[in-house]
Amino acid sequence: MMLEYSLIALLSPLFGGIMAAFLGKSFGKNFVNFVTIIGVSISFVLSCIIALEILESSAVINQNIYTWLNIGDQSFHIGLLIDNLTASMMVVVTFVSLMVHVYTIGYMYDDPGYHRFFSYISLFTFSMLSLVMSNNFLQLFFGWEAVGVMSYLLIGFWYTKESAIKANLKAFIVNRVGDLSLILGIGIIFSITGSLDYYAVFSNSQEIAQTELLLTSTLTVSALTAACILLFGGAMGKSAQMPLHVWLPDSMEGPTPISALIHAATMVTAGVFLLARMSPLFELSTTALSFVLIIGATTALFTGILGLIQNDIKRVVAYSTLSQLGYMVAAAGVSAYSASLFHLMTHAFFKALLFLAAGSVIVALHHEQDIRKMGGLKNKLPITYVTSLIGSLALIGFPGFSGFFSKDALIEAIGHADIIGSGFAYASVLIGVFITALYTFRLFFTVFHGALDEHHHDVKESPLSITLPLVLLAIPSVIIAWPTVGPMVFGSYFTTAISQPDAYQIFGYEFTSAYGFLIHAFSSPVIYIALFGVATAYILYIQKPSILHDETYKSSFIYRLLDNKYYFDDLYENVFAKQARNIGDLLWKVGDIKTIDNFIVNGTAYRIGNIANRIKGIQTGYIYHYALMMILGLAIFLAWTILDLGGAS
Amino acid sequence: MILDLMIWAPIISGLIILMIGKNYGSLSYSLSIFSSSLVFVISLYALSMYDSSQTGIQFELITSWIERFDINYHLGVDGISFPLILLTTFITPIVLLTSRTSEKSNLHQYLASFLILEGLMIGVFSALDAFLFYVFWEAMLIPMFIIIGIWGGKNRVYATIKFFLYTFLGSVFMLIAIIYLYIQTGSYSIFDFYNIDLSRTEQILIFLAFLFAFAVKIPMWPVHTWLPDAHVEAPTGGSVILAAILLKMGGYGLLRFSLPITPNASSELSMVMVVLSLIAIIYIGMVALSQTDMKKLIAYSSVAHMGFVTLGTFVVFLDHEIASLEIMNLAISGAMIQMISHGLISGALFLCIGVMYDRVHSREIDDYGGVALMMPRFAGLMVFFALANAALPGTSGFVGEVLVILASLKVNFWIALLSGTTLVIGAAYTLWMIKRVIFGDVTNEKINDIQDVSAIELIPLMILAIMVLAMGVYPEPLMNLMYVSINDLSKLVFLGAGI
Repeated sequence: MMLEYSLIALLSPLFGGIMAAFLGKSFGKNFVNFVTIIGVSISFVLSCIIALEILESSAVINQNIYTWLNIGDQSFHIGLLIDNLTASMMVVVTFVSLMVHVYTIGYMYDDPGYHRFFSYISLFTFSMLSLVMSNNFLQLFFGWEAVGVMSYLLIGFWYTKESAIKANLKAFIVNRVGDLSLILGIGIIFSITGSLDYYAVFSNSQEIAQTELLLTSTLTVSALTAACILLFGGAMGKSAQMPLHVWLPDSMEGPTPISALIHAATMVTAGVFLLARMSPLFELSTTALSFVLIIGATTALFTGILGLIQNDIKRVVAYSTLSQLGYMVAAAGVSAYSASLFHLMTHAFFKALLFLAAGSVIVALHHEQDIRKMGGLKNKLPITYVTSLIGSLALIGFPGFSGFFSKDALIEAIGHADIIGSGFAYASVLIGVFITALYTFRLFFTVFHGALDEHHHDVKESPLSITLPLVLLAIPSVIIAWPTVGPMVFGSYFTTAISQPDAYQIFGYEFTSAYGFLIHAFSSPVIYIALFGVATAYILYIQKPSILHDETYKSSFIYRLLDNKYYFDDLYENVFAKQARNIGDLLWKVGDIKTIDNFIVNGTAYRIGNIANRIKGIQTGYIYHYALMMILGLAIFLAWTILDLGGAS
Repeated sequence: MILDLMIWAPIISGLIILMIGKNYGSLSYSLSIFSSSLVFVISLYALSMYDSSQTGIQFELITSWIERFDINYHLGVDGISFPLILLTTFITPIVLLTSRTSEKSNLHQYLASFLILEGLMIGVFSALDAFLFYVFWEAMLIPMFIIIGIWGGKNRVYATIKFFLYTFLGSVFMLIAIIYLYIQTGSYSIFDFYNIDLSRTEQILIFLAFLFAFAVKIPMWPVHTWLPDAHVEAPTGGSVILAAILLKMGGYGLLRFSLPITPNASSELSMVMVVLSLIAIIYIGMVALSQTDMKKLIAYSSVAHMGFVTLGTFVVFLDHEIASLEIMNLAISGAMIQMISHGLISGALFLCIGVMYDRVHSREIDDYGGVALMMPRFAGLMVFFALANAALPGTSGFVGEVLVILASLKVNFWIALLSGTTLVIGAAYTLWMIKRVIFGDVTNEKINDIQDVSAIELIPLMILAIMVLAMGVYPEPLMNLMYVSINDLSKLVFLGAGI
């Protein structure tokens, strides 16, 4: 039964998406949201059933559905692997997707692309599910690129907007750089094990570890480390880790519901999922783990800092997402995959909540996104206000909220680790806690507190289809961690799916209960750092905003560095993209046109024509010229024969 | 018999249309579609008769043709040629169907040219006598020459002469090689060529002679510059056939002649071939990035994609210690699938450009923008084909490339990395074009008046889209058709090259 359930869960969003795409225009809006929401609801309910079933029986389904390609003994399959990891991902993905579907009814109601939008988000859900439910690397890559395409189409949803279609092209190409890395990693694994099935590969992981990859005739590296780092390269693209993070802030050009679904809760966490899924491989290479840790910690800190100076409400949340993804990746780097996944889950709820709340503000203010034009919306948008507060508290890790448990656990793990880079990582994530609190409450205070802008007196709270998902997401943002932190992070929930050392070894802490964990946290600095961040935000944005209007601050080097986002965009756009075009131009004009065409091809034709022209001069048309030639020729021929120049004796 | 029918039915109906079609435009249109569809149905029937588990040649037909020179009329197919014949019979009706969307003088001659071309192309893929092959190969140039030269664009004369001279020059060397092999064996049968012992020098010279003919057709860098010009000047249907089928003859030739006849030379010169392939993939990809003419862009993209065919054909020989039948099968399968897939995708893209050209009368990217606003259905399809061209998993464009990349990786990491850059470069040039043409706001007021695709334009594109999707989601049936023959070829070549 479980297999059938999984298949239906996978395919029902696909069905809904196809129906919406092809029949949406003729059957109207109600049909579109009905059929897609039914599709995702079925998927959500079945995911819950599967998750509960697996929790009870800890059974694992690993089943090929069909053979994609068979080349002799080399087979590639499409198949499903349903274990605890998959089931949790399925629940998170389908739940957030369902909320976003409902939210979209209100948010996109007047958009002419209504049915297209629903079709895309349903197809996205299908793609994401096929990514997490795969039992092999190839299908993983399918899902991986499919979510990328849906993201491409959704970022560029308003395709007449120049900034949107620039952003989606950028997102796709930056992701393709990661995907290249991923496919090479997969290729190394395939070339050694001859299989792409997860279980077959994992059972041969020792073989990969013992193989050396020939880089040059003398230089070799461990194939396992190379494969892991290349696989992680894929994760860096999708989960927007530095230096491949540049596409995520720009992806905010898309409609807000997809920022919540794709660019906060689900797709961008695919990289974290990948790390957990590949844990049997990563655990064998400390070099790769250190690499993961350092990249993750760097991203956690430095992208968070950028969030401090953004003025677009969605971009602040986007930088926050980047930073939180950095936390998850860093946790995987210290082998705390369970903590990493746990943060993935709680983050999915509260970050989707924050995005949807931001969307609610944007809708209420008639598509105003600049926070400098907001303020004092507390009483105008009560539901949005309260739910935003809940989301913000969860994000900064306020004691008792879901984000607190997940973030605290992973910081403990990083603090306890002793692989290369862990000192730097621990410092980064601790500073990151302060930064997180600061930008989160900067946003919160600026938007909801302070003076109400006079243009905004007629602002009204959003309709039910928008506020309902906010409330439904706020609930798990508060409570979800209480029952789950024990089994998921410290217990055996993920043991069938993930290979990681036992909890005590990772965290250096004996878990008793969620309440005990809460009490224990008061003895660590994390909570105080977060509260200090909130206090700082209160002073800077409520009490004494004048500090930030100082001119020396705006003209300082640091401010310019941050304002230009560490110049990554300039590097990519003006150096890489521009130079690629220049080189292409050069190769075309000098290589193809000048050298091959004009010199070799047409040049040959021209030279032949030239020679012919000269020879043509001999043909004068005068009989006596020809007669002379004949006589001359005859004379030479005779001389040749008589004088025996041919040497024929 | 059935191959005979597939070759001569279109040629004869082409001749009939030529004779009677002058005053019956519509009738010849219907007749051409009927006969090409009939050929397609016959090819499907042949497919149902074909036993893919059997090695060797099927539907073989052999009768003496020119006895004095031991030339036979010898036809037959295996898993390597049959898919290409199916591609031909599939694409031709589609091209004919769309032939009336733009005004043409002497439509019946246009239709007849395509029908005759179809028969000759099937002839090329099914000929097993080298001389017969050469006759079809050269004869095919004539209708193509006429199609570009008469119904082409402004600069068509330059383009046709360039096209003709390039390909003709290439074929002359092939003819010399074929005659040499005949003198050695006393037979024109391609299979007899496989069995002779040639010295190292002979092998290399014969390899190069064949290569010259095939490299021009594929086309490989640096003999590719005829292709962008030919595409730009060719009418839409001509471009589709050119990209979808004519280019495949080069790849087919490498597999049918070069590898099995001169295995040692193939192995010895593999480094050159791999480097040329990588140049095609990277250099030409970069060149495609800076094109301003859509047809040129897709033409360059074709050269880059065909780079995977040549890479897949030769990569296995680079390292004799690693080389194995498995890798070779993987690589050759990738090359074959890439050929079929490129036939569908590039054909579809040229049709798309034709649809736009018929409305706006420009191929310049800068004249477009905001097409999606006016032609939403068309835009959806064009974006789909663009993504397929960028090798999106789930479309056929991915299958061939990933197999070649996986095979290359088994041989050498760096080759896989370099060829893999197509994932980035290919996405960049294709989607950047999409951004400027399909998306964005309308800047050219001509765009404001255009209508979405009509049924006659939509149906061929839909059929192609379904094929591209089907091959991407479930390539196994195609692979199953080819596997036994590919495996035989690999064994033969390995034996010959002493690996």
